[in-house]
Amino acid sequence: MSETRRITYRDAIREALSEALTKDERVFLMGEDVGRYGGAYACSKGLLEEFGEERIRDTPLSESGFTGAGIGAALAGMRPIIEVMTVNFSLLCLDQIVNNAATLRHMSGGQFSVPVVIRMATGAGRQLAAQHSHSLENWYAHVPGLRVLAPATVVDARGMLWSALECPDPVIIFEHAMLYNEEGDIASEGPWTADIDHAAVRRDGDDATLITYGGSLPKTLAAANSLAEDGISCDVIDLRSLRPLDRERIVASVVKTHRAVIVDEGWKTGSLAGEVSAQITESAFFDLDAPVERVCTAEAPIPYAQHLELAALPSEEKIVAAVRKALRI
Amino acid sequence: MRDQYEGVEISAEHLRELARQMILIRRFEEKCAELYSTEKIRGFLHLYIGEEANAVGVMQALLPDDRVVATYREHGHALARGLPATEVMAEMYGKATGSSRGRGGSMHICSADHRFYGGFAIVGGGLPLAVGLGLADRMRGKTHVTCCFFGEGAAAEGEFHEALNLAALWRLPVLFICENNGYAMGTALERSESETDIHRHAESYNISAEIVDGMDVCAVEEAARRAVSKIRAGEGPYFLENKTYRFRAHSMFDAELYRAKEEVEEWKERGPLVQFKPCIIEHSLLAESDFEEIESDVANVVEEAVAFAEAAPWEPVEDLLKDVVTPRENMA
Amino acid sequence: MTAFRMPSLGADMDKATLVEWLKQPGEAIKRGDIIAVVETVKGAIEIEAFEEGVLDRHAVTPGESVLVGTTLAFIRNENDEGTSTKAVVPPEDITPAINRKPETEKSGAIEMISSNASRTAHVVGERKVSPVARKRAAEAGVDIARISSGEDGIIGLAQVNAFIETGEAEQKERTLTQDAPPKTEKPSLNLDVMRKAIGDAMTKSKREVPHYYVASTINCTALKSWLEVQNAKRTVTERLLYVAPLIKAVARALKETPNLNGFFTEGAFHPSTRIHVGVAASLRGEGLIAPAIHDTDELGVDDCMKGLRDLVTRVRTGRIRGSELSNPTVTISILGEDTADSVTPVIYPPQVAIIGCGAIVQRPWVVAEGAVEPRQVMTVTVAADHRASDGRTAARFLRTLDKLLQAPEAL
Repeated sequence: MSETRRITYRDAIREALSEALTKDERVFLMGEDVGRYGGAYACSKGLLEEFGEERIRDTPLSESGFTGAGIGAALAGMRPIIEVMTVNFSLLCLDQIVNNAATLRHMSGGQFSVPVVIRMATGAGRQLAAQHSHSLENWYAHVPGLRVLAPATVVDARGMLWSALECPDPVIIFEHAMLYNEEGDIASEGPWTADIDHAAVRRDGDDATLITYGGSLPKTLAAANSLAEDGISCDVIDLRSLRPLDRERIVASVVKTHRAVIVDEGWKTGSLAGEVSAQITESAFFDLDAPVERVCTAEAPIPYAQHLELAALPSEEKIVAAVRKALRI
Repeated sequence: MRDQYEGVEISAEHLRELARQMILIRRFEEKCAELYSTEKIRGFLHLYIGEEANAVGVMQALLPDDRVVATYREHGHALARGLPATEVMAEMYGKATGSSRGRGGSMHICSADHRFYGGFAIVGGGLPLAVGLGLADRMRGKTHVTCCFFGEGAAAEGEFHEALNLAALWRLPVLFICENNGYAMGTALERSESETDIHRHAESYNISAEIVDGMDVCAVEEAARRAVSKIRAGEGPYFLENKTYRFRAHSMFDAELYRAKEEVEEWKERGPLVQFKPCIIEHSLLAESDFEEIESDVANVVEEAVAFAEAAPWEPVEDLLKDVVTPRENMA
Repeated sequence: MTAFRMPSLGADMDKATLVEWLKQPGEAIKRGDIIAVVETVKGAIEIEAFEEGVLDRHAVTPGESVLVGTTLAFIRNENDEGTSTKAVVPPEDITPAINRKPETEKSGAIEMISSNASRTAHVVGERKVSPVARKRAAEAGVDIARISSGEDGIIGLAQVNAFIETGEAEQKERTLTQDAPPKTEKPSLNLDVMRKAIGDAMTKSKREVPHYYVASTINCTALKSWLEVQNAKRTVTERLLYVAPLIKAVARALKETPNLNGFFTEGAFHPSTRIHVGVAASLRGEGLIAPAIHDTDELGVDDCMKGLRDLVTRVRTGRIRGSELSNPTVTISILGEDTADSVTPVIYPPQVAIIGCGAIVQRPWVVAEGAVEPRQVMTVTVAADHRASDGRTAARFLRTLDKLLQAPEAL
């Protein structure tokens, strides 16, 4: 077995950035405070010194401006990595992502491609209240022309960036802010690429299928562990790619277990969980033994007070309860 | 028209070409209006008639490797940039041999070969993109210029200001051309802007800017040549505010309730061809017969474009999902 | 000559009103000339010509609202000889989008009636069965109706699997505890559910249907004698029960009183041209269903018997066809031997009548000369829906039935 080393999710992102900047001179990082500050989540700390101001490019607070510039640079053959500090701010550049990046290839009859990678932090859990806690992955996953990734593990955080850069289409990478301090083992030596086309099965089981992504994976695995103590074994599927969704893997698991519980930090109404649920009923209806369960965030802006925030978000307990409900026990 | 324009070649040959391009745009679009009313062309159709001098004048200053970003009123820019009228017309028809294989239509004429990144339908949306195209060239040490057209309505958008700031901050090779036709759809400039001198916004971002007579093709060419040479010399972005006017409605379905007929008539008297043709004939650079010849050539080009579009095949419906994203199996 | 048509100025423009003609017949038209002004939802718009020629005539007058593509005027071109407008055949009109509406849907009244009818004998209530449970049961050849649900009332995969593994033995044991001959199969009807369904239907009936009752006691001596003669000639399996000629007689009597045969739905009585007599059958004390013998009036007595035998067997083994349960047009409830003298039954909505037959018993009977003699008699009670018929109808039915039963050989 090959050697491994233990690093944090944040380190994994930084290593991946550094590697990409080293390997391909068309790559550059652009965003608010990515340079001197070292990144709002410190993912680019030290990169300015290593790669210089041209390639670690601090921008003004102009989300639409610099995201559009990244799309334009990609159109001209560069491989920009745009860091939008958080998904909340990305609403200010939704026009550039949805109206330009996502459409250009198709609208030009295939003449142009936009190989841009847009990274952003997402999610709640740090008492940041209503405007800094969104999980709007589903907004982007709704849009044809984009690819949407959600690395939930250190290995994926290390590998997905390069795989995304190799993709000729715009790729949005969602990094859940609660994951940055998570630790994990990665291979000591590369190549560190990740499969960005398929969901991963993080745990095997027969009684129910738990489907999740990003920041909800740790909670879901904890719930699966606790259920295992009671003799209930669950498949845990980490979607990894939110667009396209790996329907085949989801369906294969549900056909095996007959019960599905989807864990998604987005609000339930119009959620990705809803889409996954619809795909299950479309493709595995006759294999279901119970209605599909969804564990999502309560339908309210995320509150500040900790007890309220916790009550709003998916939790291990809620996931366990949902599995038990699906199993009718 | 003046007798001299700095940097503009006042030769019969060049003037003939300017005239030919402007007349081509005019006749092409008149045909489009006709085809629209008989439902051959659908969607929105925004005509450039009256503003031809701008696209034609500016394109004279560009090289093949330069880049162009335009708006949804971009048939003129596409033709002036050299896209074949056949492909542009086929795109209007939504045919498979259209410049965007029928996926773009009137508002999204594109051509990678001509570095024509297309019409953008979101006002102001093309500006950040132009900044990015310029950034790519700057980072790779290229001397290409990215030329970005937009209307004065864009000045009210945040993206306009973000893009100007970024281009100036990073001294990017971007030529901003504001085609100020006085109306953002139906809203007059003075009813939407606290600063009606749009170029002054550019100046506030430390971008060199000037006002240009957008009805005088030579004046536009002159200003564009001046701007492009400064940009190529590494002096950063440049901003032209071209005062112009559209003779037709904003789009086909527009009752023009917002402007007086007299105003339209006044501007028509200053039309780009109206002032160009007599002046050129008076200076004996071209004769009336030259114009007749141009009209006849252009009529053939337009006729050929329509015939091409009529005969063109439709993109098969099976290819609907083609080019949304790159098929993964095609990847290395 | 060419037609000058109402132009389409936008995908959302389907028509416009002509406001004014700016060119009159006889005037020369140049390309680009404004010919008319039309009023659209967006205001007045001038419309231009794309043809050269002379305006020949107007086809629409100001104030008229017309669809896109409608000919507004005719323009005479250079190559038109003369001015004869009647020679002009306007090219086929561009079919305006507004005219391409699909046909409006036909009324679904007929379907509604039939679907109402199909809800009639709703004996097997709705049960929640998970999709995979259904699939698994089908694969294993197990009838879902034989499986007990979980505590939450749902049949899931767990219930099906448990049934497949242990079910047969349990079922056998349960059957043996009953005083019926041991059989391996159970009625495939969930009895709790059935009891509830019967309860619901009867409650609805008593609440909504204005019942009236008419009864007669009928001398069945001739019927019984005829049966004895018949059965003496037959093998055990071919023997007739009195129920067979009785059902046949009922069907024939109904033919003459059609207001007792049919459905009351949608606020009106719909008589049925066919007669499907539903035979209320008790399921060994645990339930009641009334499957139909289809087209009873057209069957011979032997066929009635055959149908009855077949039905009874299948009721007891749970193999009743949906149509048999769903479409009786009338019901007959026969108490059978050693039970009671008469029954006053409750109508099964949306049927409009039910015929209750007491046991055939020996009772004193006044014969021709005023003497009293023992006779085999049966009391028949008709419960009928007053919205569809009245007492005279039921009385006429009973008289007809009586007559028919006095000559069983003619049935």
